[in-house]
Amino acid sequence: MNKTLLIFRHEFLHMIKRKGFIILTLIVPVLALIGIGVFQLVSPGEPSVVETTTIGYVDEAGGFDQYTTQGYIELVHFDTPGDATAALINGDVSEYFVIPSDYLSTGVINRYTLERQLETPSTIATVIKNFLTSNMLAGKVPPETVYRIETPLDLVTTRLTETGEVATEQGGYGNVIIPAIFGLLLALSLQASSMYLVEGLGDEKESRLIEVLLSSVSPRQLLTGKVLGLGAAGLVQVVIWLASLPLLLNLASSTIGGFFSTIQLPANFLVLGIVYFILGYLLFAALSAGVGAISSSAREGQPLAMIYALLVFVPLWFASLLFIFPDNPIWTVLTIFPITAPIEVMLRLGVAGIAAWELATSLAVMVFSIIGALLLSVKAFRIYLLMYGKRPKFGEIIRSLRSG
Amino acid sequence: MPAVEVSNIVKSFVDKVVVNDLSFSVAQGEIFGLIGPNGAGKTTTIRMMMDIIKPDSGDVTILGEKLSESTKNKLGYLPEERGLYKKLRVLDSIIYLASLKGMDRRSAEEKANELLNQTGMLHHKGKKIEELSRGMGQIIQFIVSIIHDPELVVLDEPFAGLDPVNTELLKGMLFDLRNQGKALVLSTHQMNQVEELCDRILMINNGQNILYGDLSEIKARYRGNSVLLDVVGELGEIPGVTDKRTHKGYTELMLDGKTTPQQVLAHLISRGMVINRFEVATPSLNEIFLKEVGKKS
Repeated sequence: MNKTLLIFRHEFLHMIKRKGFIILTLIVPVLALIGIGVFQLVSPGEPSVVETTTIGYVDEAGGFDQYTTQGYIELVHFDTPGDATAALINGDVSEYFVIPSDYLSTGVINRYTLERQLETPSTIATVIKNFLTSNMLAGKVPPETVYRIETPLDLVTTRLTETGEVATEQGGYGNVIIPAIFGLLLALSLQASSMYLVEGLGDEKESRLIEVLLSSVSPRQLLTGKVLGLGAAGLVQVVIWLASLPLLLNLASSTIGGFFSTIQLPANFLVLGIVYFILGYLLFAALSAGVGAISSSAREGQPLAMIYALLVFVPLWFASLLFIFPDNPIWTVLTIFPITAPIEVMLRLGVAGIAAWELATSLAVMVFSIIGALLLSVKAFRIYLLMYGKRPKFGEIIRSLRSG
Repeated sequence: MPAVEVSNIVKSFVDKVVVNDLSFSVAQGEIFGLIGPNGAGKTTTIRMMMDIIKPDSGDVTILGEKLSESTKNKLGYLPEERGLYKKLRVLDSIIYLASLKGMDRRSAEEKANELLNQTGMLHHKGKKIEELSRGMGQIIQFIVSIIHDPELVVLDEPFAGLDPVNTELLKGMLFDLRNQGKALVLSTHQMNQVEELCDRILMINNGQNILYGDLSEIKARYRGNSVLLDVVGELGEIPGVTDKRTHKGYTELMLDGKTTPQQVLAHLISRGMVINRFEVATPSLNEIFLKEVGKKS
């Protein structure tokens, strides 16, 4: 068997058997599962029909005596606030509100509850609003009009193409979700793979095994086998994560309602996803090979690798700003900067799309960065491969790369 | 065809010349000693031979050709600093590293079992490398360096850290390899091992050749003008002897430049003295080493 393939197979098998790799591969779906479970536990969800809530009210303004059933909430009238308070303390009602006599002029409603809350739950506020509206309009307009006043807007937006046809991509959060998840997984995978590559090279340098390996294979074969082996392991990891997505989305959609039915894949997402995964991986592998070369041990290399492994997450840190201000030029910078490009492109594909020139520039910069990083890393690899014990100073590295 | 032919290699790191215009050859079927003090350039020379680093100038040919992937399969290398995959099992480590030398898995496993058995390590084959002692790890690494039946084996300090039993075991295996016509390059500080094992040597200091050639010829060249003597009775005056040094069990007679050991022996016999020992003094390799390295320093 070809020696590069032998190294590839060894690195791949060695990696997928590692405890750290297995834990990271499983922990992402498990954490997502826990997240969904926690969401289900804390969110009120759709209450069952039998569980009706009783809310008391005191009508000092007069005329609010109809429409006392609002969905699953039953409204019970009390003559005085004192009666309502006693019922609240007894547990007969979960809360009560008072419609003051000057309500029509002020709009003020006083709500009383035993619970400490950050704000009035939206369902309660809606129930009270609808109760008041319905009673105020009763007999003056038809019931359909009352209903329309309560829910006046169901906004349906349709995006058209420049030729006036309905666009295949309609935008919205449903369009962002898959690229965002893929971007997060890609960032995790790139970070993990970089760390493993630096660790593997560091360990081989530290244990001096690198000399035995290089007496059998060339540095090119060693690096290629390692990069491809770890890349394949990273790919397996991402595939496992992606394969668990439908299951997780199914579980989540039962909780989060119809939101996930709006999920769409942006145009070119799959092609660009694969292209940026490969380019991103190659760039990080080249950088990690360089870091592995100039570090005398895995322990020493990992903090260095952490610099670019953290930068890959920058687009995710600022994702919420991207959603609010999608046209800011900073996103173009992050799209072109090679370390942040893979994740930024994924996010922007889902949010507002990317201009063709930006994509072309981003891809070109990535390719040139990979070639540059590879050349420098192979050079550093040859120069510092056998240097043990002491990491060269930055100036020494620059000098030796220029002279070497 | 020599197993190794090194011609005028030079290697510098930053501004320091580590190997300076070094040339030597190693024949097939010989054990060749590469000796020198710490920092002399031995390991750098070996790394250039193994194509781990490139010389700045000069040529290295191994088994008649420049080192290529196929030639690397005919080389065995035991580096000075030992290391194997700590988490990997002994047998898996040997098989993987043997496969990088072009062996298929089945024959690698068969040969590994044979060598493990020969070195008394067979019952450790399922253990992880990190569970072995240092000496055991060294034996495993030695097995890795010879499992693929190489034509040239380079061993950097092979006896360091080995107990006397394993040292003898290793020596026996080295002689076996030489008898099979393999070339062995041995780099060590242990001069007694070099004297015992090596046919020819290259002594280097500061990256330069100090002594090179057949070990017995070199020792003959350093034979001093003195004799070691153990006789019954008083020695008295002997013509041509300038000084006498008494050691435990023998006396060393220093001769002037004109008198030969044969003349001294003839004189003693003519006096009817009982001679228990008469030996032309030959310096040990260690003494030659100290003398030459001291001189150059």
